[in-house]
Amino acid sequence: MGDYYRSEDLGKFAEIGRDAPELAEKFFGWYESVFAEGALSAREKALIALAVAHSEQCPYCIDAYTRSCLEQGSNPAQMTEAVHVAAAIKGGAALVHGVQMRNTTDKLSM
Amino acid sequence: MTESLVQRRHALSVLSQQLDVLARSPVPSFASTLRAIGLDPLTRTSPRVLQINVGKMCNQVCRHCHVDAGPDRTEIMTRETMTHCLAALDAAPFEVVDLTGGAPELNPDFRWLVEQVRARGRAVIDRCNLTILLVRGQHDLVDFLAGHQVEVVASLPYFQARQTDAQRGDGVFEKSIEGLRRLNAAGYGAADGRLKLNLVYNPVGAFLPPRQEAIERDFRRELAQRHDVRFNHLFTITNMPINRYLEYLLESGNFDEYMQRLQAAFNPAAARGVMCRDTLSVGWDGTLHDCDFNQQMQLGLPAGLPRHIADFRPEALHQAPIAIGNHCYGCTAGAGSSCGGAVE
Repeated sequence: MGDYYRSEDLGKFAEIGRDAPELAEKFFGWYESVFAEGALSAREKALIALAVAHSEQCPYCIDAYTRSCLEQGSNPAQMTEAVHVAAAIKGGAALVHGVQMRNTTDKLSM
Repeated sequence: MTESLVQRRHALSVLSQQLDVLARSPVPSFASTLRAIGLDPLTRTSPRVLQINVGKMCNQVCRHCHVDAGPDRTEIMTRETMTHCLAALDAAPFEVVDLTGGAPELNPDFRWLVEQVRARGRAVIDRCNLTILLVRGQHDLVDFLAGHQVEVVASLPYFQARQTDAQRGDGVFEKSIEGLRRLNAAGYGAADGRLKLNLVYNPVGAFLPPRQEAIERDFRRELAQRHDVRFNHLFTITNMPINRYLEYLLESGNFDEYMQRLQAAFNPAAARGVMCRDTLSVGWDGTLHDCDFNQQMQLGLPAGLPRHIADFRPEALHQAPIAIGNHCYGCTAGAGSSCGGAVE
């Protein structure tokens, strides 16, 4: 399992269409549209993707969107803040469940 | 400050080594890629820009330099060769003379050449590294450039010191900002566009440039807010995998991936608009080339065409073929890249 994620495998992503070409075509077409300039800039979308990539902990996405952010003109300070946003939401999501813990504790306690 | 490849006697200072590396890159040949879109041979259109590299001497040693310029490089164009350039200007309708180097201002005949070209009514571009404006003996350079209405195209790879200094040397960002302030004080970069000040963005690393309009907005905002600096336009230029940038790519283990990235981003529209189609490049020794990159690769005009500016005949360039190599992928990736920025 040591080499489960290999960088060069990202380049094979399109091969996912081998056994379901229509689904792959729809996915990649939609994906391209999502990242096009729109109400949000391509640079903003790349930063969001970088943050989500960290929250999802997908090595392929982290590689791809680190490069993408740099190629959209973002700098390491902006990218690091984006990762902190992901970490804050991820951490906050865990911590806010403490309310459930308290609710249950209160119910069970005298 | 590091030294040039030549000064360090680096293996890549031997041109055949660079050609070997490029030939082994994991991408199809540039010629075959052009063939696939029916653009082989790539040919010239009407000549518009005469780009003159007046020497390899520079006060900086940038890590991405495609010229391998530096203080130790003594190759300098003579006034005799400049005279041949002026004769070419008289013989052909070049609209713009684009002066580059090294730091072109370090050529002792730089100002003479500018005066001669301006007297002929042609526009002049000075590819300026900004720090040269602060060098002793160049204190009146800004006034000279303004007085002759020279367009300044200035290198500034990022609007922050960390990235700029990583590429161009410690302290370069601060000096560059001071240079920009002096240019602004002389009237450069004003909205009226009378004295044009255009900036050049190069990626600080092994990746492609952002969309030109988007990064121009960021530069305009950041430079105005943080440094009270203004400019007219920003050009994005892709780093060319030759000389010191090739050294960086190899040392950082990014070479194969960078070449694949360039090739994957090949844009037929950018290929049709490459600058070599309307540019003639002259080396410090008078040799003729299709662009400054070919010049550094010692790739002359194709066989049968003039080899030296003294032999220049405008009719010889008419629809002439252009010399290409795998480094040309650098000009055709994404939105394309030229000395005037993105192609589309």
